[in-house]
Amino acid sequence: MSAIATQLSPAAALPKWLAPLLLIAFAYVVIPLIGNSYLFEAILLPFLALSLAGVGLNILTGYAGQVSLGSAAFMAAGAFAAYNFNLRIEGLPLVASIILSGLVAAAIGIVFGLPSLRLKGFYLAVSTLAAQFFVQWALTKFSWFSNNSASGVIDAPKLSIAGFEFDGAVGRYLFALTVVVVLTFLAHRLVTSQTGRNFIAIRDNDTAARIIGIPVLKTKLLAFAISSFIIGVAGVIWAFAYLRTVEPAGFDLDRSFQILFIIIIGGLASIRGAFLGAALIVVFPLVLSRLGGFLLGDLFDSGVLDMSQRIVLGALIILFLILEPDGLVALWDRVRRRLTLAWQSS
Amino acid sequence: MPISNHAFGTIEASVYAPEIFAQGLPAAQRQAHGDRPRQLAAEDAAPLLALEGIGLSFGGVVALADVDLSVRPGEIRAIIGPNGAGKSSLINVISGVYRADRGHVRLYGARYAQVPTQRLAHLGVARTFQNLALFKGLSVLDNVASGLAYRTRSNFAGQILGVGRTRREQQEQRGRADQVLEFLHLTDVRDRLAGTLPYGLQKRAELARALVAEPRLLLLDEPMAGMTAGEKSEMAAYVRAARDRFATTVVLIEHDVGVVMGLSDRIAVLDYGRKIADGTPDEVRNDQRVIDAYLGVASDNEEGAGI
Ligand SMILES: Nc1ncnc2c1ncn2[C@@H]1O[C@H](COP(=O)(O)OP(=O)(O)O)[C@@H](O)[C@H]1O
Ligand SMILES: [Mg+2]
Repeated sequence: MSAIATQLSPAAALPKWLAPLLLIAFAYVVIPLIGNSYLFEAILLPFLALSLAGVGLNILTGYAGQVSLGSAAFMAAGAFAAYNFNLRIEGLPLVASIILSGLVAAAIGIVFGLPSLRLKGFYLAVSTLAAQFFVQWALTKFSWFSNNSASGVIDAPKLSIAGFEFDGAVGRYLFALTVVVVLTFLAHRLVTSQTGRNFIAIRDNDTAARIIGIPVLKTKLLAFAISSFIIGVAGVIWAFAYLRTVEPAGFDLDRSFQILFIIIIGGLASIRGAFLGAALIVVFPLVLSRLGGFLLGDLFDSGVLDMSQRIVLGALIILFLILEPDGLVALWDRVRRRLTLAWQSS
Repeated sequence: MPISNHAFGTIEASVYAPEIFAQGLPAAQRQAHGDRPRQLAAEDAAPLLALEGIGLSFGGVVALADVDLSVRPGEIRAIIGPNGAGKSSLINVISGVYRADRGHVRLYGARYAQVPTQRLAHLGVARTFQNLALFKGLSVLDNVASGLAYRTRSNFAGQILGVGRTRREQQEQRGRADQVLEFLHLTDVRDRLAGTLPYGLQKRAELARALVAEPRLLLLDEPMAGMTAGEKSEMAAYVRAARDRFATTVVLIEHDVGVVMGLSDRIAVLDYGRKIADGTPDEVRNDQRVIDAYLGVASDNEEGAGI
């Protein structure tokens, strides 16, 4: 049925890369022209950082089937590594410190991925909590990481690549966008490659995967490494482009759960899903606070907002798990198919 | 055990159906041996696989007790027995999924206490599972191509960047997968997600994934379980055609005695983890212990073509 629908749809005749390309062009050309600083600072920058983190976690959890609650730890590792590379190595280009920080996050990911060689599912998820607590502890405990700053909160350096300064909200947006576009493209290439198919094979049946000669242990650790690399770079964007400060507090367990929710709501094993999920997670509290303020006036203070956010979000996740386990992506595809069919029959 | 004469008749007919043999297959170097296996099996060739004194228990449950088994090159070797007799355990020991408590496995002369599962594909052994073990989230084509994953030489970075041999490697693997899909008449469903196929086709796709590696030894754990009579005879035809085409040695677990009798060269019978009989279909059919333990009342089957 679905196969027939796609064959009939005129969209199928268009090349697959067209829609993403148009979207990217729109993000580069139109949005900087029409956006205000609220859009960049409050919506697009956190959206981009969380989307990228979602893409990273989706590689590990959605594709390779290894549940992780340590995403925020890898973000923190990336952010602090980039800060320290930038601080301690004179003249190191920003791009190099981003790549190096991704590698640091990847190394930490491999270490905390080791339990996955023995543990599965719930037990693995619990063991990844170790990463979460250990990294946060180490970053608060050893002030060397934050250059002995009294508050533990440090300013991120200016963003410049090859002499070009990414100043102001728009500049930081374009910087984040570029990093996200490049890494997302590479992630897409990965998940459609032999290695990506090996991830799926291990997720769907690891005994069969081992029997046909997929190196299961190596592939699992590779998934941890690549996923942590991407999440680490997402942490750099979060700290350098969005918050402009680097501090451990923002990378707590709540953040790890947030990223997990992004891929559950958006759609597991889908790159688009990470973006849809992140969009929902970022926009939803803003909408809720506007709506609450509008309906309840002063009664709707930040405490009520926080609580209602958690309740609605919790309900949403349960609803998705029950009604649409394949996430917003599946919903989106279904609606689009309906529309094309309706359009054809009219 | 009910035996369908009709089904058995169809096997005979379709095994020799010319269109199956007419399929072009990649194993050019093996085609020369196309008609050798039957002859070899009849002779006293050195065993390709031998189990020696295998014992295995789970807690108090004895799954296998002192089982010997030898498999000659090119033969179709069936293992039958009632549920819980230890058939799957035996295949799991051969493929290294289980480690036997006692005894060892001899594969092409090499002796193993536990067969190294991660090297199984390199050793030329492929298997299917009693319960479906396809990768649900991959297309049928990708499932079958994954049977060649052990040969992949490129690494993830090369694959992301699409440099060097990766493109050629992928094309070659998909090309071979396509040939096997055609051989097993799965081309129509090649792009569907494996998890969305009906049961019988999933079983066949799993056979395709095992065959694409052109294994020297193919282990099939109830490949026809849950199939209709028609599907069973089709599957039996594919198994035999695969053996003849690839010169693959087959170890086959099957419940349907009718299918087994027609398909196999030799049959071992397990009961409560012990081997109670071993021989040609004729010998096994007339073995009193087998009749008592497994085949039930022999007179029921007297007029059956398969038994
Ligand atoms: N992984 C396992 N854990 C515990 N018991 C097992 C396991 N595998 C098999 N058994 C037991 O071993 C016996 C033989 O099982 P099995 O090899 O699956 O038989 P068959 O395939 O002939 O039906 C059964 O009693 C079964 O319960
Ligand atoms: Mg069994």
